[in-house]
Amino acid sequence: MKIKALSRSTASQQAPGSAVVRQSRNLDPAQHPFERAREYTRALNAVKMERMFAAPFLCQMGDGHVDGVYSMAKDPGSLERFASGSGDGVVKVWDLTTRGEVWETQAHENMVKGVCWTPERKLLSCASDKTVKLWDPYNSSRDAPPMASYLGSSAFTGVSHHRTDPAFAAANSSMISIYDLSRPSSTPSQTLHWPTNVDTITSIAFNQTETSILASTAIDRSIIMYDLRTSSPVHKLVLKLASNAISWNPMEAFNFAVANEDHNAYIFDMRKTDRALNVLKDHVAAVMDIEFSPTGEELVTASYDKTIRLWDRARGHSRDIYHTKRMQRVFSAKFTPDNKYVLSGSDDGNVRLWRAKASDRSGIKSARQRSKLEYDQALIKRYAHMPEIRRIKRQRHLPKPVKKAGEIKREELSAIRRREENVRKHTSKANLKKRQNEREKMILTREQ
Amino acid sequence: MADSSSKKAVMSADDREAQMRLAEARKKYGRGKAPSVKNIRDKKLRTTLKAQEEKHKNAMLQAKDAEILLEHESGFLEPEGELEKTYKVRQDEIKDSVGMETAKKGFELRLNDFGPYRADYTRNGRNLLLAGRKGHVATMDWRDGKLGCELQLNETVRDARWLHNNQYFAVAQKKYVYIYDHNGVELHCLNKHLEPLYLEFLPYHFLLASAGISGYLKYTDTSTGQTVAELPTRLGRPTSPRSEPTQRHSPPLVKALVHRGPVRSLAIDRQGRYMVSTGQDQKMNVWDIRMFREVHSYSCYQPGASVSISDRGLTAVGWGTQVSVWRGLFDAALADQGKVNSPYMAWGGDGQRIENMRWCPYEDILGVGHDQGFASLIVPGAGEPNFDSLEANPYENTKQRQEAEVHSLLTKLQPDMISLDPTIIGRLDTISDKKVQEARNLDHRPEDHMEKLKNRGRGRNSALRKYLRKKGKGNVIDEKRLKAEALRKEHHARTKERLRKEREDLGPALGRFAAKKDS
Repeated sequence: MKIKALSRSTASQQAPGSAVVRQSRNLDPAQHPFERAREYTRALNAVKMERMFAAPFLCQMGDGHVDGVYSMAKDPGSLERFASGSGDGVVKVWDLTTRGEVWETQAHENMVKGVCWTPERKLLSCASDKTVKLWDPYNSSRDAPPMASYLGSSAFTGVSHHRTDPAFAAANSSMISIYDLSRPSSTPSQTLHWPTNVDTITSIAFNQTETSILASTAIDRSIIMYDLRTSSPVHKLVLKLASNAISWNPMEAFNFAVANEDHNAYIFDMRKTDRALNVLKDHVAAVMDIEFSPTGEELVTASYDKTIRLWDRARGHSRDIYHTKRMQRVFSAKFTPDNKYVLSGSDDGNVRLWRAKASDRSGIKSARQRSKLEYDQALIKRYAHMPEIRRIKRQRHLPKPVKKAGEIKREELSAIRRREENVRKHTSKANLKKRQNEREKMILTREQ
Repeated sequence: MADSSSKKAVMSADDREAQMRLAEARKKYGRGKAPSVKNIRDKKLRTTLKAQEEKHKNAMLQAKDAEILLEHESGFLEPEGELEKTYKVRQDEIKDSVGMETAKKGFELRLNDFGPYRADYTRNGRNLLLAGRKGHVATMDWRDGKLGCELQLNETVRDARWLHNNQYFAVAQKKYVYIYDHNGVELHCLNKHLEPLYLEFLPYHFLLASAGISGYLKYTDTSTGQTVAELPTRLGRPTSPRSEPTQRHSPPLVKALVHRGPVRSLAIDRQGRYMVSTGQDQKMNVWDIRMFREVHSYSCYQPGASVSISDRGLTAVGWGTQVSVWRGLFDAALADQGKVNSPYMAWGGDGQRIENMRWCPYEDILGVGHDQGFASLIVPGAGEPNFDSLEANPYENTKQRQEAEVHSLLTKLQPDMISLDPTIIGRLDTISDKKVQEARNLDHRPEDHMEKLKNRGRGRNSALRKYLRKKGKGNVIDEKRLKAEALRKEHHARTKERLRKEREDLGPALGRFAAKKDS
């Protein structure tokens, strides 16, 4: 009879005198009962932890402005510098690492409508006092006069610098003037204008990849594309309500997003504007500013409902909402160039710094900690469809007015939808029009 | 044809080996069939699913490859000739032929005064708990022979179980269940568990279950102390000491009549696929739980008082004063061969009545509690040779035990997650998704049942008649039924009218030949 029974020596597991114990693994599923259920429980813990650690607000920059902050711009050549312009004509430059002010000037006599950095790290600011001024915050003192100033016939509403050329575009009333920084003259080298357009342009943006393309939004509800090579407007898209801001996707040069007065933001493909690529719905008041993240995967919007929201490019609803008790109407929001933080400037004069991922921590993490966080993310993704996990992941505390407004809006929208359906029900088939796609609804006309 | 077959032949050498390897890996480590991606039109989804499936495949193969790291092999007992029978091998013969370390694990404790004894091992198999009917409770580290604590409770003790580790154990005493710590200090008295007969602990749910004399099953969450459920079985005094998570819900998930007579004992294998039960009808039945089907039925000489299944599928049955160990009861079911003819091992017959039996996890040891004490039997080939130290570690130190406790508390399963199919969590609910899609589609019209009834045939078995005839609906008068009845009346009237007309046409003499039905 051949006989063998199990025998393991204790020494094989732990050497005598040592405190180190061997970890032996056996991946046989029979040894790991309830694996799905346990994994789900871990996912549930992970998503709860994520919400527990969510602390999006970091700080406000320095003491802020005296008046509301209506424009902001980040320095494309630096990770830490950015500028903000306020309603009383003051322009300030901030440093992200010290979270303080590094430069300040009384730039204008009126509301600063746009600020923009040049590749040489000079700062352009435009205001309602009909001037655009060029500053040198890195090298000059606070009370130094501007390096150059450009006079216009009416209030300037936006400024944007070309990616490579020493030229910038400034919008005043319905006209866009291109100024050449290399020439001493203060008259525009080029002007762009849609022939039938009479209303004021609200914002302009150069495409930073397809560098000669320029886009503008105006209060006549139009979004207009211009081409500098032919020095002419190319395409006009009219939505049902006016757009407040426009931002180009830095990774997909042909896509842009607009912040609209109808509480939504829209992402369009420049080449095919008969249909939005995506509609971002969640705000309960006009969207005042929008920006793509440097990765082109996410967006941040600032809204008149006193909140900022973060979006996934491919999803229709926001990923997160940020608000504080004291933050008033938000007029500008920007991603920092490292994609880690979000800046917001609001009517209360403060510039606030937020985390782009609410539960993220920026300290150095050990390899174990990192792998744990990655594992948690994978778990949450895997069980994202489970009702409990989805609920916890989505749940956000909203300010009461926002919540109330959301409820009212939902009710109103459903009433409209119901009314439309009732009309359809009682319409003969011959007269029945096709239902309009949600992504095409807001488009009024398009002109070439 | 010839070309393709030759190509196949060329490919086969390496390919077939890879395929065999994959098939083998899938058999052991596979988590179900891969979804078919052929009919998915969404490109992104298709790519994602494919990538995911590739990942699963790699994981399977890697798990299979990692088997090379398993360092221990299971024990065995093999006859060298036809005349040798494994069930003839006695314990002293085994002790002679295994190493000294292993031989020490087989021992007997003579405890004549307070028996019969019930035994229980901790989840990692390191500690033993003995409970004598007359109030004697002892714990020990049985490998070292070290006594943990010894209690004389001075009242009836009916059962005792370790909780999630060797720090706590529960004892079913005369009136209540008590929880003690490893020093024998009474921590809790669970006075909801009245007159408990048997105890069971579910380590992943942290649930302590007791079956009382009155036939009540009670579940207490030992991590929070809350009573999770109280279920009347309504079947009188329980006789089976094993309650499994599947029986928690009220009403029970499954009610099965497994024996002609009272069930004495039952056990479920570690993957929850098979169940072995013994009854007063002197039968031992093997059940396939997933199909609720009896696989085989074996006859015993006496009603089996206790059944236990080891990690590697050995089934120990205690009947009267004897213990028989069966091997391959489930393998036989798998291959659908005949029954197993003879037991694998046998022990006893010396006058000690078997009370209960427990396999020691990760060891080739069967602990038998009987009326004269406790016996630790060496059964080669019973235990899982390679443990996973993140699951249960027989060699854990204090730090590891504490860490494992925290981890297991963090992944404690909620009692409402108990279900017959443990993989139900994370499955897609396609039915409700379909409903949501339908609700979202504004042009969707619910199909008109009446329309269907109207257009389906005539005669005796028309859809309408069938509907009205349907049994079990006699008392239900709803809109649908009213409509159907109205429809039938209309049909009747129409037929009558047609008949009358035809009669008129044919005249008084030929009128009686008018066809009653449509031709």
